[in-house]
Amino acid sequence: MIHFVLLISRQGKVRLTKWYSPYSQKERAKVLRELSGMILTRGPKLCNFVEWRGYKVVYKRYASLYFCMCINQEDNELEILEIIHQYVEILDRYFGSVCELDLIFNFHKAYYILEEILLAGELQESSKKAVARLIGAQDSMVEDAKEQASSIKNMIAQATK
Amino acid sequence: MALSGMRGLSVFISDIRNCQNKEQERLRVDKELGNIRTRFKNEKGLTPYEKKKYVWKMLYIFMLGYDVDFGHMEAVSLISAPKYPEKQVGYIVTSCLLNENHDFLRLAINTVRNDIIGRNETFQCLALTLVGNIGGREFSESLAPDVQKLLMSSSCRPLVRKKAALCLLRLYRKNPDVVNVDGWSDRMAQLLDERDLGVLTSSMSLLVSLVSNNHEAYWSCLPKCVKILERLARNQDVPQEYTYYGIPSPWLQVKTMRALQYFPTVEDPNTRRSLFEVLQRILMGTDVVKNVNKNNASHAVLFEALALVMHLDAEKEMMSQCVALLGKFIAVREPNIRYLGLENMTRMLMVTDVQDIIKRHQAQIITSLKDPDISIRRRALDLLYGMCDVSNAKDIVEELLQYLSTADFAMREELSLKAAILAEKFAPDLSWYVDVILQLIDKAGDFVSDDIWFRVVQFVTNNEDLQPYAALKAREYLDKHAIHETMVKVSAYILGEYGHLLARRPGCSPKEIFCIIHEKLPTVSTSTIPILLSTYAKILMHTQPPDKELQSQIWAIFSKYESCIDAEIQQRAVEYHALSMKGAALMDILAEMPKFPERQSSLIRKAEDAEADTAEQSAIKLRAQQQTSNALVVTDQCPANGTQAVNPLGLVKVPSMSNAERSNAQQGATHANGALTVVDPQLLSTPSPDLLGDLLGPLAIEGPPGTGPQIESRMASDLEGGANADALAIAPVEEQTQTVQPIGNIAERFRALCLKDSGVLYEDPYIQIGIKAEWRAHHGRLVLFLGNKNIAPLSSVQALILPPSHLNMELSLVPETIPPRAQVQCPLEVINLKPSRDLAVLDFSYKFGTHVVDAKLRLPAVFNKTAVEAARSGQRCKTYATGEMANLFISFRMMVCPGLDPNTNNLVASTTFYSESTRAMLCLVRIETDPADRTQLRMTVASGDPTLTFELKEFIKEQLVYIPVPSRAPNPGPPPNPTPQALPTSPNPSPPSAVSDPGALLAGTVGEMNNTMHGLGWRE
Repeated sequence: MIHFVLLISRQGKVRLTKWYSPYSQKERAKVLRELSGMILTRGPKLCNFVEWRGYKVVYKRYASLYFCMCINQEDNELEILEIIHQYVEILDRYFGSVCELDLIFNFHKAYYILEEILLAGELQESSKKAVARLIGAQDSMVEDAKEQASSIKNMIAQATK
Repeated sequence: MALSGMRGLSVFISDIRNCQNKEQERLRVDKELGNIRTRFKNEKGLTPYEKKKYVWKMLYIFMLGYDVDFGHMEAVSLISAPKYPEKQVGYIVTSCLLNENHDFLRLAINTVRNDIIGRNETFQCLALTLVGNIGGREFSESLAPDVQKLLMSSSCRPLVRKKAALCLLRLYRKNPDVVNVDGWSDRMAQLLDERDLGVLTSSMSLLVSLVSNNHEAYWSCLPKCVKILERLARNQDVPQEYTYYGIPSPWLQVKTMRALQYFPTVEDPNTRRSLFEVLQRILMGTDVVKNVNKNNASHAVLFEALALVMHLDAEKEMMSQCVALLGKFIAVREPNIRYLGLENMTRMLMVTDVQDIIKRHQAQIITSLKDPDISIRRRALDLLYGMCDVSNAKDIVEELLQYLSTADFAMREELSLKAAILAEKFAPDLSWYVDVILQLIDKAGDFVSDDIWFRVVQFVTNNEDLQPYAALKAREYLDKHAIHETMVKVSAYILGEYGHLLARRPGCSPKEIFCIIHEKLPTVSTSTIPILLSTYAKILMHTQPPDKELQSQIWAIFSKYESCIDAEIQQRAVEYHALSMKGAALMDILAEMPKFPERQSSLIRKAEDAEADTAEQSAIKLRAQQQTSNALVVTDQCPANGTQAVNPLGLVKVPSMSNAERSNAQQGATHANGALTVVDPQLLSTPSPDLLGDLLGPLAIEGPPGTGPQIESRMASDLEGGANADALAIAPVEEQTQTVQPIGNIAERFRALCLKDSGVLYEDPYIQIGIKAEWRAHHGRLVLFLGNKNIAPLSSVQALILPPSHLNMELSLVPETIPPRAQVQCPLEVINLKPSRDLAVLDFSYKFGTHVVDAKLRLPAVFNKTAVEAARSGQRCKTYATGEMANLFISFRMMVCPGLDPNTNNLVASTTFYSESTRAMLCLVRIETDPADRTQLRMTVASGDPTLTFELKEFIKEQLVYIPVPSRAPNPGPPPNPTPQALPTSPNPSPPSAVSDPGALLAGTVGEMNNTMHGLGWRE
């Protein structure tokens, strides 16, 4: 089971967090502090796993951003590493060559996409296409609602003229 | 791309980004929170857009780590908005902002439920996502049935059902009762027929969690899992979009194999065969490719397959294939694969028979101990720790010691603890052990806990041969300029006790020893000074004839510390000063410390405790589990048993306080010195964590009162009379025989071994004898594992086999001594010449200290061992005539063959019996029962050999009579050394009148059995 997902920049800034196990805000801060201290200092040619408090953290660096997922000791590490990659590929496709800035300003989008990939700390959907379809459908629902609202606004505006 | 811009949010985020420092950021955040708070106060005036914007801002602030203690209500209220955009934001923000324990979440339960049972599938998805991510116990109580309905519904689309599956998983984690529904396991099996890979993946995660807690209910899922695995790995039958770099959903493959690992075994031969085919394909067909992601995905599958193969205890060939693969992995450059190779090799240690192959990779593993990556170093350390045994302990521990000087601080404590444990457990000789611990203290004193040096003191105290050596070593270390305080403690202690043994060596006169120890005094802390004072007192005592100068020097120190502010130091100084004035009386009081009673090493216990709250699979645990089979357990001495506690103190005579005449005789040999044994009975009965609690206060003056006069008399009778716990400290020096009581019931152990192939045959406080048997036709190979549980050697070890006429037995040489903490293996070859129920007896004896122990043990080379389940086609049936009896037959290695007899009340079993005279011989057994009258049954035995038929009949009869009664009498307490033949089966007992005891009941019924049929006239 994945206990949490963290996106941390090379400077140690938090870009996204998602917690599947209950942690208080205080504990979260501690986790972030400890893990960024451990992970950001690791050299480039080391393995993608660090052992931490009896758990394992699988991480991978993409450009300036570290994607980290914390799992149980007995879980399959490589499987998680490729979930990270899958997430990155989907983000990349959605934003069109994603960069850190995209995720900073659209962190809510990053959440929407993550919600379609993971649920309850487990992989929910392993098809990139299926995720893209679902996100597309959600976006168009939001757009439709917006258009509807503005057309109603226009109608009201015209009627009250 | 549809990025719906929220300008206010973007502006806020870039403001935060532009903050120069944390202080500015905090100011900006506070300002924003103030703004949001005022906006929320007047909620009516907010447009839906504004509401969304503010809750996103709140979430952003919260994500940065700031406390947000308001606005939860607004986020939750968005959930009940009618339109999708608001609802979506409400759900997602709530699930990030709140956790399962939050009170506000309760407010949402109703809305969430309405969305789940409503018709709108996008709303269903949102609601299920929230519950799946943060649902707690309350949610699981009120929503589980609805979620289950969605999961099983045929009208729901896969996008809803896959979420329902994982949502249910969450609810199950919070409250396992949610699947306590009739027919749930059938529905679970039905889910595995799903074609949609999204739903299947989610369902598989659910299954993994379910079977990890209780596999029994889900046996029907097992063949389906194998089918799925075949579909993916062999047939590659998945839609294009579910392949990942050309690999059919690696995640589903991994999960499926994970689920299979929770079933203890795969019984059905066809399923097993297909599974092994797939596994073989994965093991052989995974190549290293250039693409990193493809490589990772295929190796994720490969490592899971390896784990499954290990779990299934595959044939040796496949196992060695796995070890070979792992051997390759631990040598590659790619760090991930190397890491996982080391990790899985550690797991592999659990598998029997491969340890030797793993040992071949020792050099490679040691290289990884020097890897730049700490994760890899940790794995290497764990593996080395796990694979260490008597044969390679020297190399491994020395390697660890070498590494210790360069290791990073994060690892030193673990490293020194592990080195100390290995040195203790596998020391080829004790002087090496002392060397290792002293080096350990020298190199990493800060990381050597008190337990470690307490332990070395115990070993030295309990082994006389070791004392001069340890003293010499301690003396050598003191020559170094800067030594760690722990080294001062241990060397001062050892030199105080045994420094006099070195008196003839240059530089080791009492005075010189005193000087060199005293040099260290200014550098040590108050906790060490008491030890130094004791050392001085002991040096003074050992200086014969008294050296006036030394005496005045030491007295000066004592009087200086008599006014010390530390109570412990002060008391010692006052007491030693006063005592040392007494002259000869000092001898009695300051004599050598008595031996320590055997206790479980607190180090090992500590390691096991630490284990409890960390990883499940680490080597410490493996080690702990192995111990039981290795017979190398350091047990707690059972305090109830007086005779056990006697041993370690065996050499100690108890002086009486008033007895003065005695002291003359003791001038010479120090070890014969009378010692005041301060054995607090409580210490013995409750093993205290502080092992040297009594050691650090070595001179407390308390004699066991009232025992004095008896010393010179022989005490054996007293002890054997099971006399009393206060006789603990007293034991005569004369040899004793047979005061050592076995642990556990020998007869029970024997019976258990008749039905299985490995286990413990005998155990007492000093030795454990394990046995492992392998049978092929009429040849058997038994291995006896003789494990010395002590820190002193066992001598005069002898093992004699007294075989019955029908068995040919050959025992390989048993070594005369078993070194401390070591285990020796003695293979024993058995050939069965003809059928007979007579038993072989092992006459085993050894000497420990003054105890001579002789045990006569029956060997479990019994009749049924040379029987082999006749490989018949019939599948095992679930409706046995009497289930218990069927199980019994299976444990005799007889195959129960349902369907051969049309009467379902009857039980038919078959087996092939092997012996040299009969060769392979088919035997058939039929038990006829009458459901109306359970007190009777008829047994018919048939085979081609009359002796065999008779013996088999008698054997089954004996065993049937012996069916244990599970509910009652946990301690049936059979006589100490019964033979099965002597069991209460008279050849023709009449059915008992009082039928209360099932055993007796059966005894009666067996009497009805006949053995009429010889030959194979019985049709199938």
